[in-house]
Parts: sequence; C-alpha cells; structure tokens
Amino acid sequence: MNVAIKPAIELKGVHKSFGNTKIIRGVDLAVPRGERHAIIGPNGAGKSTLFNLISGRFPISSGQVLLNGADLAGLKPFEINRKGLSRSFQITNIFHNLTVFENIRCAVLWPLGYKYSFWHALSKLKDARERADQILELIGMQSRRDIKAGLLTYAEQRALEIGITIAGGAEVILLDEPTAGMSRSESDHAVELIRKVTVGKTLVMVEHDMSVVFGLADRISVLVYGEVIATDTPQKVRANHAVQEAYLGTSLSAADGDGHAHA
Amino acid sequence: MTNTLTFKPINVARWIIWGSFALVLLVLPLLFNKGFALTLMCQIGTIMIFALSFNMLLGQSGMLSFGHAVYSGLGAYFAIHLLNMIAKGTVLFPVTLLPLVGGLAGAFFGVLFGYVTTKKSGTPFAMITLGIGELVFAMSLMFPDFFGGEGGISSNRTAGKPLLGFITYGPQIQVYYLVAGWLFICTAAMYAYTHTPLGRIANAVRDNPERVEFIGYETRQVRYLVLIISGFFAGIAGALGAINFEIVSSENVSSIRSGTVLLFTFIGGVPFFFGPMIGAVIFGFFIVVLATITNAWLLYLGLFFVLMVMYCPGGIAALIMMQIPIIRARRMREMLPAYGLALAAGLVLLAALIFGVEMIYHLSMEAASGSKKAMFGVDLDVKTAPPWIGCAVLAGIGGVLFMLAKRRVLTAWDRIMGDIATGHRA
Repeated sequence: MNVAIKPAIELKGVHKSFGNTKIIRGVDLAVPRGERHAIIGPNGAGKSTLFNLISGRFPISSGQVLLNGADLAGLKPFEINRKGLSRSFQITNIFHNLTVFENIRCAVLWPLGYKYSFWHALSKLKDARERADQILELIGMQSRRDIKAGLLTYAEQRALEIGITIAGGAEVILLDEPTAGMSRSESDHAVELIRKVTVGKTLVMVEHDMSVVFGLADRISVLVYGEVIATDTPQKVRANHAVQEAYLGTSLSAADGDGHAHA
Repeated sequence: MTNTLTFKPINVARWIIWGSFALVLLVLPLLFNKGFALTLMCQIGTIMIFALSFNMLLGQSGMLSFGHAVYSGLGAYFAIHLLNMIAKGTVLFPVTLLPLVGGLAGAFFGVLFGYVTTKKSGTPFAMITLGIGELVFAMSLMFPDFFGGEGGISSNRTAGKPLLGFITYGPQIQVYYLVAGWLFICTAAMYAYTHTPLGRIANAVRDNPERVEFIGYETRQVRYLVLIISGFFAGIAGALGAINFEIVSSENVSSIRSGTVLLFTFIGGVPFFFGPMIGAVIFGFFIVVLATITNAWLLYLGLFFVLMVMYCPGGIAALIMMQIPIIRARRMREMLPAYGLALAAGLVLLAALIFGVEMIYHLSMEAASGSKKAMFGVDLDVKTAPPWIGCAVLAGIGGVLFMLAKRRVLTAWDRIMGDIATGHRA
C-alpha cells in the first residue's frame, strides 16, 4: 500500500450524537491529497461538528476518521495536530494579549521541535523568527507585526487566524468559515489569501459564501441533516437536483448570476 | 520593536535596568541600616521572590492558585530541618545554598500536587488548589514530628562553618545580602523564563487554552511544568524566610499566606513582570509598617484592594506603564497640574478616611483609654461633635476636588492620547 494514493482525509461511517440527538448520521468522505474541498450545507447541518470530529475536539460516536490512512481514534487535538492536520475556527480564536508576531511564532514552536523548552531563549531561535516572519509576509501582516492581536480589525484577526493555522506547516488544513462576517472586498482578499497559503496542501473548508466556494473548491460536499447528499465538482453540484431542493434553492441561480449570493 | 532591540550584541537598556537593580540591592542597607529596616527589607525581598513565582501562574499562565503557600511553606520546612541537621553536625551543607534545597522541595511538591491540580484549568484548578492547601495545612497539625505542631520548628541560622571565615548569618546585614543575592538570581531567572518557548506558550495558554491544543501543545503539560517551576521559586522564597525568621510553623503553609501573596501580587500588577515586586514593597508597608501604627490596618488594606480591583485591575504597575507613552511623547508637563490636583484630592480624602476610621476604632475598640485621641499631633475628643464635623467637611472638600481633578485628568489624557494616535505633536 502506497501512502501517496491514500486520501489525505477519509471519513468512514462517522456518527456523532449528543445525548439522543443525532448530529452526524453516517458520513463517508474521502479528500485526496492536494484537493481543495468545500463542505456546504444549511445552518445546523453539522458542518462545524464534522470539523470538530476530524480535529479531535469532540470524540466520534462511531465510525472512523483517517489521516493519510492512519486512524485518529482516541487522539487528542494536539496529537492530531502533530500528525499534520491544522484547523481554524469559525469564531476567531487567537491569542489576544500577544502581538501578531508572537501569535504566529507560538504556532511554529512545536513543529520546529522546541516543545516545552525553558532553556532556549526565544530571541536566539533564528529559525522560529524567520519562519514567523515568512508567514507574516505571506498573510500580508508585516506592518502589524508588533501590535497586540486583540487590537486588530476583524478582517485582520481572521487573516491572523489563517496564519496561525498554516504556520506549523501542516499538510492538511481545515478552515471553518474563513470569510464569515466579512465585507465583499475583504472576502475577495481572503479568497486570494487562502488560495496562496494552501498551494500544495489539502484544504477542507466550511463556507457559507457561495462565491467563495465556487471560486476556490475543486470539489464540494453538501451536508444536510448530518448526511452528505452529494460530493462532486462545483458544476455538477450546481446541476444536482437533490442539492437544489435540499439546500441551494433559488440562491443557486443567483450564485450563477453574480456570484455574490449567500446561502 | 522589542525584538529588534534584543538582537543588538549589547543591549544597553537591559544592562542599565539590571545594573541599577543590582546597585539598588547593594546600596539599600547603607541608606537604611537600622535593625528594623534591614529585617523589613529581608522580608520584602523574600516576598518578592514568592510573589514573582505566584505571578508565573496567575499573570503569565492564567492559573489562579489559592494554595501557593504550600510550596513556599514546605520548602521552608525542608530548609529548616536541614538547617537543624547542619547545627547538630549530622550534615555538612553551606547555609548559603539552603534556599536551593527549599526550591527543590517546592519543585518536588509541585510534581506531586501539580499532577492533580493541573489536570484542570480555570475555576476547577483554583478550587483544587484551595483543597490541597487545606489538606497540607491540616497535615501540618497532624504530624507534629515534622511540622512542629502549634509551636512550629525553630532553628539557628548561624549553624555550620562560616562562609569565607566571617559570614555566619548572625548579623542581619549578612542575611540581607543573602536574600538580595538570591533575589537577584531568581528575578533574572524568572525573567529569562518569560522569554523561552515554555514561557511564551504559557502566555498563549492564558489567552486561549483551546487554541493551544490545536497548535501542537498539550495545555495540561504546559500548566504542569509551569507549576513545578513556580513551586521551585516559591520554595526558595520559603527557605529564605526560614533563615530570616529562624522559625517555620503551620502558618507558613496556611491559606492566609496563600491569600496574602494573591492580594499583593494583584495590587502590584498581574499583567507585568515587575508588578509583583511592587506588590511586595506595598506588602512591607502594610503588614510591617502600618500594622504597627494602627489596629485598623486590615481595613485599610481591604479598602485599598477593593479600589484597585475595581478601578485599576492592572495594579500599580499598570498605572506606571500608562505614563510611558506620555513621557515618550514628552507631554508629561501637561499632565502634571491635573495629576497634582488629583494627588491633593486623594490626600484630603485619605485624611478624611483616616480620621473617620481611627475615631470609630477609638470609640469601639479603645474606649477604655478615654475619649481623647491624638492624631497627627492634634488632640481630638471623639465624644464631641467638632472632630466629626471636621472629618465630614474634609471628606466634602476632598470629594469636590476629586471630581474636578478627574475631569481635568481625563481631558488632558484624551487630548494627549488623541495627538499621539494621530501623530500630532504639540
């Protein structure tokens, strides 16, 4: 078995219940390496829950999640992260009292092997500094380097959120509604950023903004009430009647027209 | 900005700060060489290390501990037992290095208790530390052989061979330099720690523990390691206290001691590294100086603490740091009249408060000694109206002055901050 042909992320019969409420009801999904994959679906479909299951935030009730063919069962978030999966959050999740630079530098320390060291001086860690500065350059935040993250604008915080997510060099990136709450121009900017930072990586993203989805994704999965009702290329998903009925409805044609519609 | 500074081969600002810290420590006993002042400074130095170690948890890692005295207290016990062994001649060990033994004991109990406490964070962590604190305190009364029961364990710090032939730690000045030396080393070490990967990730855990788990770090491991290191420095402080007082009792591990360090660390300023050091100086003022002057010192301390929590949660350190942008912009001169007025208002209000409190105390607690009370060189008869009217008038004047001062400070502040933000210079 060659690792290269295994999907980066594979879900097999994943279920999740909270008490008696079944949120995820048997999801099968395979995302090959290097693909940009979007998960769409109406509110409450379980998109964010699915992310929380993949990234280890919640344990799954039954089924399997595989990362490059390796089962993630029972692993904690930090263990999954060390295996090369990194995620962002729908609600901005940054280190508010640290500077932008420190936020990014924190995210590169473990991958560079500094672990829990209290015998290295941070200022002497050239590799951590350079890597953090590269990431800042990549996300276009060099000019905000020494500002406290809590003082950034919302769009900047979202960009920093993406920066923290990719800083560790993970192969598989999960972005949870990266453009939520952004204006049109901010959102366009974010799409460019995501495209740039995920080159050569596997991307799975939850997104509400249809223009973002159709602009970025190689394939789309539609999640409705805890089940994937379709997984296909953007064109075919648009044409899929079940999808139109279940979810996209009229906004589909709007998305076709001007590319601005929100689901 | 700070980062570019640290890459200079010789960082001038850093040398100046640490150099003057060392100089102050060296010179202080020449200025204050009375026995009382020396003892006070020894105590403050010890509390500085203790409070800095406490803030390693609270300010830097977001861990509120109600049982930090466990580590300093147990460190103190181990140190004093070793000191007694040195005195008996069963062990050869230099007293100078005794704090190291206290530190190792503190770290050892950090390993032991921390394993339990750091499984949780936030409020559950605080609750468990409270429980462990009570547990150790109860044990200190249950095992009198080790803890010395009610009377504690006493010792003699002059034990062992004198260092260099003359340092016996008999004279207080020698204890002072022992404390000062350890204070300098510990402060430098704890400051260096804040600039290591663990120190920075601890900040990240404070800000957002959840996210830390998604950048590869196990938050529990971070908390555990920080607690052990913090226990180490607390143990050093405990041992220094044991050498200074030559006695360790169950009070050293009590929740009162844990509460005290929390109180003064907060007053000093949790968000800043040096905040706890200011807190320790204020501790010296309240516990040692004010407590000998007035019975009402705890009331003043309580009021002061409440005011700080409500209006200045960043502590005294934050008040100082807020002035830095103004000084940088060379606009302090504009603030001074407003600050002066505020200071005057504060002093008048404080005087009114002191008169009121002391008269009430005199009426209720010291009634047996008659109705006369001398304050600030004035003889007052608290059973007559005039002192009370005077007190009320003072409070009124202070209140009006304070309102005026507040407005002036805020206006001046906003104007200067606005100018700084827009890059405008006066």
